[in-house]
Amino acid sequence: MTAKLQVQHLTKIFGRRIPKAQELLKAGKSKADILKSVGATVGVTDANFEVNDGEIFVIMGLSGSGKSTMIRMINRLIEPTSGHVLIDGQDLTSLGKKQLLEVRRKKMSMVFQNFALFPNRTIIDNTAYGLEIQGVDRDTRLSKAHDALELVGLDGYDDQYPTQLSGGMQQRVGLARALANDSQILLMDEAFSALDPLNRKDMQNELLDLQENLHKTIVFISHDLNEALRIGDRIMIMRDGQVVQTGTPEEILTQPANEYVERFIEDVDRTKVLTASNVMIRPNIVNIDKDGPRIAMRRMLENEISSVYVVNNKREFVGTVDASHAMDLIKQKITKLDSVVQKNVPTTGPDTPITTIMEQISQTPIPYAVVDDQKHLLGIIIRGAVLGAISGNEVSEDE
Amino acid sequence: MNNFPQLPVSSWIDKFVDWLAGFEGFFNAITNFVGGIINGFQWVFDLLPIWLFMVIVVGGTYWLNRKTKHWGLISFEIVGLLYIWNQGFWRDMTQTLTLVLTSSLIALIIGVPLGIWMAKSKIFEAINKPILDFMQTMPAFVYLIPAVAFFGIGMVPGVIASVIFAMPPTVRMTNLGIRQVPADLIEAADSYGSTGWQKLFKVQLPLAKSTLMAGVNQSMMLSLSMVVIASMIGAMGLGNKVYFAVGRNDAGGGFAAGLAIVILAIILDRITQAINRSRIPKS
Repeated sequence: MTAKLQVQHLTKIFGRRIPKAQELLKAGKSKADILKSVGATVGVTDANFEVNDGEIFVIMGLSGSGKSTMIRMINRLIEPTSGHVLIDGQDLTSLGKKQLLEVRRKKMSMVFQNFALFPNRTIIDNTAYGLEIQGVDRDTRLSKAHDALELVGLDGYDDQYPTQLSGGMQQRVGLARALANDSQILLMDEAFSALDPLNRKDMQNELLDLQENLHKTIVFISHDLNEALRIGDRIMIMRDGQVVQTGTPEEILTQPANEYVERFIEDVDRTKVLTASNVMIRPNIVNIDKDGPRIAMRRMLENEISSVYVVNNKREFVGTVDASHAMDLIKQKITKLDSVVQKNVPTTGPDTPITTIMEQISQTPIPYAVVDDQKHLLGIIIRGAVLGAISGNEVSEDE
Repeated sequence: MNNFPQLPVSSWIDKFVDWLAGFEGFFNAITNFVGGIINGFQWVFDLLPIWLFMVIVVGGTYWLNRKTKHWGLISFEIVGLLYIWNQGFWRDMTQTLTLVLTSSLIALIIGVPLGIWMAKSKIFEAINKPILDFMQTMPAFVYLIPAVAFFGIGMVPGVIASVIFAMPPTVRMTNLGIRQVPADLIEAADSYGSTGWQKLFKVQLPLAKSTLMAGVNQSMMLSLSMVVIASMIGAMGLGNKVYFAVGRNDAGGGFAAGLAIVILAIILDRITQAINRSRIPKS
């Protein structure tokens, strides 16, 4: 593997009296000491790492750890105080204005936490923005933008405006805008943090799917260890502007470099705190008041499953219908599902700790249905998801 | 305090004004330029028959509000314009309109770039803010005196005085609008390699547009408030009618002309607001 991106001794100090602060930093003074004595804030201290071609590299840390500063120094949205950023061996820190623009246009694209879509532009024009400023002619850029939108599953929204889309869809546009540029490096700044847990999980899966075909070099910022473990090929943990540990998810989990990382990964053993709502997934449902056996069959075929969950008009959970029963109804030309709904499906509340239902889940073949007080179906729990969550590979809500 | 001699502020300023008046060529050029714009507008208004003018105003309003259909506003415009015509103020109204449009146009041409510059440079903003405060709070009458010295009598000094008085909101609101563009959109524009101009024209100005247009609307209203004052140095129009009425203690004539100014102001205000209304759907 070759290093696509190299970061060497990268340091950022904000505020006044920077040379003095640099001296103190070299002398080994802490961030707090420097702030006290010269009034300068240290953002990132002497960071060194390499990102390999086609790798998802997650920089992870809590707020204030310097991870956002770090990713912005890579494309010089924030000017580094000292150190070097190399892409394919080319040092970005020494580039003039024009060359820097060229690198930003051709070599890397950024995806933002709050999407940063231009509200005055349609979805297609947002997606084509990077190409537009490069002077690509309208037909070419629109067709490329359209391809990118298709890639992220957003067909048919071309002429809508960002405010008309949901958060998850907006971030898909953000991703498409980055992909349309066809640059090899993606900088993703907490790209999925503003999304709700189910959407976040979907987007993570989608990113992994896309990555299988696209082989981009991705620098991904996250404050969520579960997300980092799930999508990262390698993870770098930062604290107070310093790199604490860099390694594969396995290494981070098995050989934490110090107490700080240990405390961090303790959170991953979540069997004690994980609740049903943390591990549930979106079920495939049919509406008993509206849908008949043919719709049920269709939904099963589409999703390659053998049963679907049944709710009524009020979204209350009714039961499940499996494929053989639905087939019988179709043969008998009955259009109502009522006669074959199985009502003995195990249910649980969203706040039930996983530990208390773990055994039952591993013994029953049918997934648990998660319902709230009003009997609304919130999600279902499948065995695989529980095991994944316990091993730290599933996302959970942790803000 | 009595021992301290009075500062000769007024004689300093007189000397400065005299010195400035020496740049005759420069002021003549400005006079010709502004006079050209005024004549252009006036020529168009004189050419349009009254019925066509009304059709354009009413039709334009209908088209701008085609979603909401402001029948109230449209009937107000018809009645208002008929009133102005009926009172024999038509030409005065077009002269006032010329004065307002010319000063708003000049305020826009000078004010928007100044506002952009202020948004880009903290130093320039710090220098400019007190100057804008000065321009706006100095009693508008005071501008008339040097304006006559530099530009003579008539519409041109009236326009210049109006521009000075009316420009600050355009500058301020342009500055504000650009500064209000969310930081992450600026970052997005930068991260994709936009040049400064691309960022300005593709992101900052479009997003600042409604704030900027609110400033233009303000400038227009302020220059309308200058029409009576400008008539003191020979600017023609409805202001002139009011000014004469004051001189003759003619309350009826004053109100009749004043009402025409109000009608013009409301029409201008509603039309610029309708132009400003965003086409982008709100969530």
